[in-house]
Order: sequence, then C-alpha cells, then structure tokens
Amino acid sequence: MLSILLDEPGKRVLMMGNEAIARGAIEAGMKFCAAYPGSPSSEIIGTLARPDVAENFGHHAEWSTNEVVALEAAAGASFGGLRALCAMKQNGINVASDFLMSVVMSGCKGGLVLVVADDPGAHCSNNEMDSRAYARLLDAPLLEPATIEESKEMTRWAFELSEELEMPCMIRSVTRISHARGDLSLGPINRLQRTPRFEAYDRFLSLGTVTHSVLHGKLEKARDIFEKSQFNQYVGPSGAELVIITCGTGWLFSREALRTLGLEDKVGILKLATTWPLPNRFIVDHLKGVKQVLFVEEIDPFMEQNVKSLLADYIGSELEVIKFFGKGSGHVRSRFGPALGEIDPDIVIRAVAEIKGVDYQAQTPEYAERASTLLSEYTASRDLAFCAGCPHRASYWVMKNALALDGRGGFVLGDIGCYGMGAGRSGYFINRTLHCMGSGAGVACGLGNLAKFEFDQPVVAVMGDSTFFHAALPALINARYNGAKFTSVVLDNSATAMTGFQPHPGIGLNAMGNPATQVLIEDVCKGLGFHVEIRDPFKVDEAVEALHDLMQREESSVLILRHTCGLVESRKKKKDRISVNAEKCLGDECGCARFCTRVFGCPALIWNEKEKHASVDEVVCTGCGVCAYLCPQSAIEVEKAEELQR
Amino acid sequence: MKQNGDCLNVIITGVGGQGNILASHILATAAIAEGFHVTIGETYGQSQRGGSVMSHVRLSKGESLGALIPRGKAHVIVGLEPMETLRVAADYANPGTKTIVNPRPNYPLMVLYGAQEYPPVETLLARLGEMVEVVKVVEGTELAKGIGEAMASNVVMVGALAGSGWTPIPTDTFISVLKEVIPQKILALNQRALKLGIESIRK
Ligand code: SF4
Ligand code: SF4
Repeated sequence: MLSILLDEPGKRVLMMGNEAIARGAIEAGMKFCAAYPGSPSSEIIGTLARPDVAENFGHHAEWSTNEVVALEAAAGASFGGLRALCAMKQNGINVASDFLMSVVMSGCKGGLVLVVADDPGAHCSNNEMDSRAYARLLDAPLLEPATIEESKEMTRWAFELSEELEMPCMIRSVTRISHARGDLSLGPINRLQRTPRFEAYDRFLSLGTVTHSVLHGKLEKARDIFEKSQFNQYVGPSGAELVIITCGTGWLFSREALRTLGLEDKVGILKLATTWPLPNRFIVDHLKGVKQVLFVEEIDPFMEQNVKSLLADYIGSELEVIKFFGKGSGHVRSRFGPALGEIDPDIVIRAVAEIKGVDYQAQTPEYAERASTLLSEYTASRDLAFCAGCPHRASYWVMKNALALDGRGGFVLGDIGCYGMGAGRSGYFINRTLHCMGSGAGVACGLGNLAKFEFDQPVVAVMGDSTFFHAALPALINARYNGAKFTSVVLDNSATAMTGFQPHPGIGLNAMGNPATQVLIEDVCKGLGFHVEIRDPFKVDEAVEALHDLMQREESSVLILRHTCGLVESRKKKKDRISVNAEKCLGDECGCARFCTRVFGCPALIWNEKEKHASVDEVVCTGCGVCAYLCPQSAIEVEKAEELQR
Repeated sequence: MKQNGDCLNVIITGVGGQGNILASHILATAAIAEGFHVTIGETYGQSQRGGSVMSHVRLSKGESLGALIPRGKAHVIVGLEPMETLRVAADYANPGTKTIVNPRPNYPLMVLYGAQEYPPVETLLARLGEMVEVVKVVEGTELAKGIGEAMASNVVMVGALAGSGWTPIPTDTFISVLKEVIPQKILALNQRALKLGIESIRK
C-alpha cells in the first residue's frame, strides 16, 4: 500500500519531500488543496489528488487554472473554516502575489498554508528566483524545513500556526528537498471533522493601514512563537569561535562539512527553521562571544542579510565584533559564483576550510586532472531535446517550414514549458522570446500592432494547451479588443506534460481522475471571434499549409496543433515498429546530409557510422511514424502494431 | 561500512527514461528494511527530455545525510549508460570506487547531429577502469530484451548491485522488497529481471 495512506504512527517509510509535505497536511487534517502544477512542486497536490488518497482522507483536491485562482480557492475554504493547502513553484508566487498581498492583511480562519518550491540551479525552471523575498514583502511567517522528515513535521505545524495567528503561513521548499527521498516516521492523523460555515460575523477584508497594523501585531506574535520553536536549534561546542548559521538544505551539508573536516567539536551550527520573522533573541543568545559567522543557504543571501541587519543593533553591546562570511564575502559560491546555482556539501567544506585555513582536497590533484581530461575527451554534452515521438518536434518542424514558405521574415514568440525548448536546437532555434506563462501571446499584442509604423513581419505566438487557460486568455481577448494581428499556435498535447501529465480544463477529467466539464480550446477561441483551424502536426504537409494560410489572413487567427504527448500515448497502446531500409537510405547524400538524424533530430534516429545509413533505436522509438512521413526516400518503414501482434 | 565513517554512498546514473528513480527506490526500500536511514538526491529536472540523470543514494546509521554526496566520495556507481558512468565517476569516484556498467550507449543529441562523437564503448570502459577499483560489465539491456522488455534493464542492474556483495544489504532483502515497489501486474517480469542481474554479476 502507498505509505501516505498508512495509519500506523511510528512506522518508518520512504517518502519524497513533496509526499512528506502532503502527508504533513493529511496529519494536520487538511480538507482542501489546490495548485497549478509546476516542478519541483507538482507531486504535493499530485499525491493528494490520487483517487485512493483523496477518498481515504475525504479532502478536495484540484488543479486550478493558475496559481492565483488556486490560492484564492484555498483561501475560500479557509474562510469557511477548513484547513487548506496551496502549492506552487517559484514562478507561481508571482502570479499569486496580488491576492497574497491582501490575504495576509484580511487574515483567514481555517489554517491556510502556502508551499512554494524554489529551484536553485534551475533544474526544471527558466529562472532561479528566491521566493523568500516575498515573506518579507508580505509580512508573512516563513518556515524552511531542512530534511524530508521536517517537511512533514513543519507542514503539520504550519496549519496550527496559521490558526493561532489567523493568517496564512508560507513554507519554502527547494528541489533538493521536494525531489529528494528519505525515511521518516509517520505521525497520527488528525481526523478533524469541521462543518464549514461562513458565520454572520466573518469578515475578511484588507483595509489599508488599519489591517496593516494588525498584521504587524501578528508578525510580532509569530516572532515570540518562533523564539521557542524546537525546529530552531544549536549544535556544537559552547564558546565556539566560528558558528555556521544555516537553514534548509544547508543544515545537513554543514553537518557533513564539519564531519569531513573533523571540526565538529570546534565549530557550532545554528540552524534556523523560521527565517521570517527571525527569532531575534534566540540568535543573539547563541552568538555571545562568537567571532566569526558563516551563512549557508540556497540562492539569495536572504537570511544572511536579515541576520546581519539584526546583529547591527547588538554588536558592541551584547555581542563582540563579528567577521561575517557567506555570499557577501564570496566564501559560499557555486561554480557560477555566489548567489548563483545551488549549494552542495563541497561548497560548504571549501568555505569552512578557507576560513579555518585547513587544507582539503576531494580528489588528489593528479586524480582530478585525469578526471577532467576524461570528461573533455570522452563525454559529449547531453542537450535537452523533445522526446522521441514528441508532437512538439513535428509542430516546430511545421512552424519552421510555414515561416520559410511565407518568406516575409516571420518569427515565433515563445512561452515556458516543454516547448520552451523551441528556442534550442530541438525546436530549430525558432522561438525568439522566452519569459513566462502566456507571454508569447502578450508580447504578440505589441509586435502584432505595429502595422502603422510599417512593420510587416508576420508574428506567430505559441502557447501550450494548459498555458492557454492559465495566462494566454487575457492576451487573446486583448488582441481582439485592441486589434493586434498575429497567428496563435496552440500546441495541444492534451496534458501538462512537463510537470507529469496533470489534466487541465480542456481534457474533460479533474485532478482526481473523475469526469469534468470539458472546456474546448476551439470553442473558447471561436467564442472570442477568432478564425480557428485544427490540424495533426504529424500530418506535416497539411499543417504547414494551414499555418501558411492563416498567416496570410487580415485578422488574428488560431491554429490548434493537436496530438497526444508521446509519453501519454505510449502508456496506453502498443507501438508500431519503425525501421530503416538500409538499401533505400541515402545517408550522407540525403537532404543537407542525413536528413532524419542531423536535421529533424528525433533522439531515436541514430546514425550507423560503419554502414553509413540511418537506423532506429527500437528501445527509444515510440513508433510515432513522423520520420517515415518525412523521409524523402521512403526509406523508413512502418509495421503497424496490429500486424505485429498477428 | 567503509570509508567516510558510518555510511555507504551509491550513485545510480543514466539518461532520462532509463528508470533511474525506480532503481534507486528499490535500493532505498531494501536499505530501510535493514534498518538504515536513507536519503536519495535525485537529479532529474528535465529528464524526460534525454538529459543526464543521477540518484545519490546514501545509507547511514545514526542520523540522516544530505541529499548530495561530496566529490570523490562515491563507494559504488551503478551506470545504466556507459558515458554517463564516466561523467559521474570523474566527479564522484576515487581509486577505491566500484562500478557496475550497462555497456549499451544512449546517443546524445549532439552525437546524432554529427557535431560530437561517441567514443568506442570499449575505450570508454578501459578509461573508466583506470579511475576506479573495479568495472563490472553487465549487459542490462540485452538481458532485459531476452525476457521481452528492454525497459526492465534498470532492474537487471539493481539485481547486479544486489548480487555484488558491495552493499551491507543481503541479496534476499532486495528480492523480498520488490513487491513493495513494483505493481503486481509487472512484478513477475521484474523479479526475473532482478534475478538475471544477480546471476550475471556472480558469473
Ligand atoms: S517513429 Fe521516427 S520520429 Fe517517431 S519516435 Fe520513432 S524514430 Fe522518432
Ligand atoms: S531521411 Fe531517410 S534517406 Fe535520409 S538519412 Fe534518414 S532514413 Fe536515410
């Protein structure tokens, strides 16, 4: 049985950080959760929305159309008195921030917890924004779990804290917690039975300075609670000269660094789990007599700067003069520099070794030298690419060819998501902008409205199916209203593929897999007055013709390129067998040399160097067949799955 | 356990889609059954799109460890792909590291485009051998194809680790936890894959 379902307090189980957060919410008696999917946060609601989980614990789980709607929905449930959870990636908090700014002032009733998962190192993002700056901007209490186990414990605590303070609480996770796995101990499940009710005296109003001052009072109360929190702790000798102040992933990295350098009985570690507002007294009391402080945290020097400004009031009175190390001093730096990329144990080891003047080498110099020679001589870079069989590759091929056919210097305005790769080789470098959800259409509202300045290049805006609902709609309405002219291409792969196939309003299923009202993209576009065409990107010629025709129109129009994501499709059906007929393949003579492997670039199409022809890697190939369609020699052959069965 | 005090550091590496996460999950579940603390750091941000993936699996007694292994501190590397094994070894291996490698290449896009080259696998493995104590070659993909499912190569490779004697976990524990990790429908197939791996490394 899935461990999140178990009601066996004390049992040790393996969980992903995001599952641990979900389990913490369950143990707190959470009854309503909402999110817009985004790595590295998606598995939080993904887990809670599993039909067995939602049924067992009786909560509502939804994928909302975007992050601000998700947060508003969760706040609504809280106003009714239920405990509610909202989760998002760092980009999401920008979308949710307008409401967030006022819900901290209006306060809430049932515990309301917002989890934001940051992505240091941008493993799965187009930025590495540090969302903690919002906690300070909002005057909101901020918790930073340091381990998988703490993710669960602190999520559970956050609901209580939120109810005590009558305001939302924010939890900051990072990829190395959300996507890490570890063992933890299950706790008892709070089977809270609350009947939601909007009482006659309930008011949730954000009213300028009046509620702002109430908010400041709550923040001071949060500080008092944080002063006593067990999650903040000091380990190490008393009278240490150097103390590391850390939070989040930095805690275990710092422990490892001291162990590795044999400095555990010389250097102290002050672990902060509540990083806004800071537990002032707790910090000052642990720095008495300390001469050096090293700050270790992910991305921005958020805690570093806040603690420094706190200590400015105490140095020279209660505290001695302290020398500070961290991102400000350049001691905590990744290979990109300080406050860039993610931290790791080696970064902390190096920082401590430099401060303490200890010599440390991870590998001997000659070993490291050999290793780096091997890396440069024997490894090729693994650039990201659309998957084998991905309909986006075909769609980009369609756009590339339609633009070439049109010949007026048209270009594509991009968007984030899988098809953000349209800016790279896999998308033939044709995406020319890359910003945020829906921004392709928004930017097209400007570039598509420059005709009176004699601008005559055709403008194409791409958006994914999920993005269409998330953020592209206001831009499309704006285009109609203000007369911007561009062609929208909706890449409809019928799933929010990048984050793990969560359904969206166009699919006809809700988060828990139950039938839901289907909102068809074409109906919405027609309703807005757009001319709409729908094509299958794997039928390349038809799709190129359709896009080319739409680009000639006087008004804005929409092309929906619809084909199910190869990963979803391959889970459902047996695949066709695709192979290259070596006799027919032209190889180096084909196209501008080896068309399919070198130009089209499906990862399943490999080049047989010895025999000088293309071949198909049957393990990677999904059997989509588009290469067979495109091969100028008809050298690629398809055996239908049905025939293979016989 | 050896080196770095009371812990064992294993890295499982490959390319997106090869089943790294399942492999690390089986190892971790077996370790928990034996009373270890386990932390797994997964690097798979964009793995669905052919990027490098690696799982740092860390076993410890006493207290949990961070999700990343420090440079040069891997005890065992399980490579689902040869070039990725070399890439990981360069950062995390030391002369005492032991490796198990599936020799079947997965070609990076730049190689397919003809912009870079994939060195001969034999050379690659020979170079790897100069960096580490042992290189055990296990034909994961071929063995898995033999039982009708090339995608089960990850479980074959975990089997090889289970049979290697390089972890403090008894081989039988790997076999018995498989049912906790793998859905009933495909359990029998994966049990066969695991056994193939165990036998193959013991040859
Ligand atoms: S059929 Fe061709 S294009 Fe489609 S996945 Fe296989 S090799 Fe790639
Ligand atoms: S496109 Fe066809 S002829 Fe050209 S290299 Fe590929 S298989 Fe050979």
